[in-house]
Amino acid sequence: MGAYTIRRILLLIPVLFGVSVLVFSIIHLIPGNPAQVILGQRATADAILEVEKQLGLDQPLLLQYFTYMGDLFTGDLGTSLKTKTPISEEIWGYLAATMELTFVAMLIAIFVGVNAGIISAWFHNSWFDYIAMVIALIGVSIPIFWLGLMEQYIFSVKLGWLPSTGRTDPSTTIDTVTNFYLIDTLLQGDFKAFKEVVSHLILPGVALATIPMAIIARMTRASMLEVMKADYIRTARAKGLSSFWVVYKHSLRNAVIPVLTVIGLQTGLLLGGAILTETIFGWPGIGRYIYDAIEARDYPVIQSGILIIATIFVFINLIVDLLYAAVDPRIKYK
Amino acid sequence: MSQPAQAKVNQPMKKEKVSSPWRDAWRSFKKNKIALVGTFIVIFFIFIAIFAPLLMPYEPNEQILLDRFEAPSSTHWFGTDDFGRDILSRVIMGARISLMVGFTAVIGSIIVGSLLGVVAGFYGRWIDTIISRIFDIMLAFPSILLAIAIVAILGPDLQNALIAIAIVNVPLFGRLIRSKVLSVKEEEYITAARAIGMSNFRILTHHIIPNSISPVIVQGTLAIATAIIEVAALSFLGLGAQSPDLDWGKMLDDSRAYFVQAPWTMIFPGLAIMLTVLGFNLMGDGLRDAMDPKMKQ
Repeated sequence: MGAYTIRRILLLIPVLFGVSVLVFSIIHLIPGNPAQVILGQRATADAILEVEKQLGLDQPLLLQYFTYMGDLFTGDLGTSLKTKTPISEEIWGYLAATMELTFVAMLIAIFVGVNAGIISAWFHNSWFDYIAMVIALIGVSIPIFWLGLMEQYIFSVKLGWLPSTGRTDPSTTIDTVTNFYLIDTLLQGDFKAFKEVVSHLILPGVALATIPMAIIARMTRASMLEVMKADYIRTARAKGLSSFWVVYKHSLRNAVIPVLTVIGLQTGLLLGGAILTETIFGWPGIGRYIYDAIEARDYPVIQSGILIIATIFVFINLIVDLLYAAVDPRIKYK
Repeated sequence: MSQPAQAKVNQPMKKEKVSSPWRDAWRSFKKNKIALVGTFIVIFFIFIAIFAPLLMPYEPNEQILLDRFEAPSSTHWFGTDDFGRDILSRVIMGARISLMVGFTAVIGSIIVGSLLGVVAGFYGRWIDTIISRIFDIMLAFPSILLAIAIVAILGPDLQNALIAIAIVNVPLFGRLIRSKVLSVKEEEYITAARAIGMSNFRILTHHIIPNSISPVIVQGTLAIATAIIEVAALSFLGLGAQSPDLDWGKMLDDSRAYFVQAPWTMIFPGLAIMLTVLGFNLMGDGLRDAMDPKMKQ
């Protein structure tokens, strides 16, 4: 396990190096003069020179890369061309919003997915099993941006049950400490605001959770069906343990591995999906931050946003791989 | 010779069913009803895409301003949008563009990915290390994010969205075929081919590639489903099809401004995406079960 951990961590070095090169290259791969593209066709020569200087594009390429990496190591992500604010100062608020949304989505996906999978396996070939698996099949095929619009139409416009956009109502002010509104409202003891934050999280959370939920349900069902045929489950039943206890204690433990795998595989999907969900639900997260930056051709923000998400993705995959190896000792690094 | 033995000899030989991996896979696939439903959905949408000009009741960009926001009716089965354009005709035309982009992107990534995967798996050593690290780096990005980054570089339009989706899928096929090549090249018939002096190129084209391609067919079917959603997502974000081009994602993007008053502008393109993707997923799952019994769930 120790050797595996070290080798797995060492493998991060070339990957993170490659990620940094790729992100650094974004601005250099723009066809034509990047400063001209950023400023538009009507830009004056002076303005172009100024942007080139601001972004360091007038320096030799290698020097630009080393400066970029040096800045990154000191926590300097550059300055937004649109807001003129250091990106490292403004990105945390967006990142926290995305992390809160992603966390809630994953929680919904795991809770509903695992339970639906277990019940489907328990009542194999029952109507519940059929309905759950049809929903799961549709769930993996549904475009989340469409699901988000449908949710807004049904639950906000038609039924008026839930708010359709934002993290809170515009009139509500939350004193931010961590930028995680669920935590901040609890710290302040403001339960009314907490309830409001939860109600704003439901629609985007469910939209984002749908695909991983469906995949987790299918994987849990498949692995549970296999496990429930195993000798030790028969022994547990023969010992007189109740069916409920057998399923939830003995079999569920075996559902941990597929769920862990799915969490790893789906985190990227969630982080990527967050861009779409945040755009639909006006969620001020990092996906929305990147989206707005693309519209404004704010390349330093695009680069930093992508770098942050890719780095988080790489580290989450590392953690999942290590957890996976810890849970299943058969896994060895090759 | 005893009588029964004589009778046995005189019996006409029973025609045995010819067996080959492809034939077995087809037999197994035919028995999978859900996969057949998926195949039917896929064929249905391909048919619509091919015969789109004949099936469209109106020109997809024809504006009839007097018919703006008309609800589904006998004249406009799927209703009309803010310019009075017929949604059914636009969904049919959207099928053509969405499927074409999905297919082309996946074929492009299969060609490039397979080429890199074969080279990495067959030649090994430093070539394998470099190619595999490039795949690792590309897979370090959530695919839609990488696609967005590529479109941010190339500029937003449908062709660039197609290129972006093709690029992000390259490592999927590359890794898949690399691992298959690694196992195939250890087979005895490859050793035999080498022993009779066959060139590397001939071994690759006559033995390694034909014997490594089956997982690519399965993955390719599933990847088309993903590609259709990804292209739609890019268009939905304004990074794919630009007016007057249209695909299902662009239609959904357009509908955002007025779906409260005209929900049909949002419902039908979304349903079309979902059904097509469902079809490819069901077909892909069926192919996987048929071609790789170990994967059967």
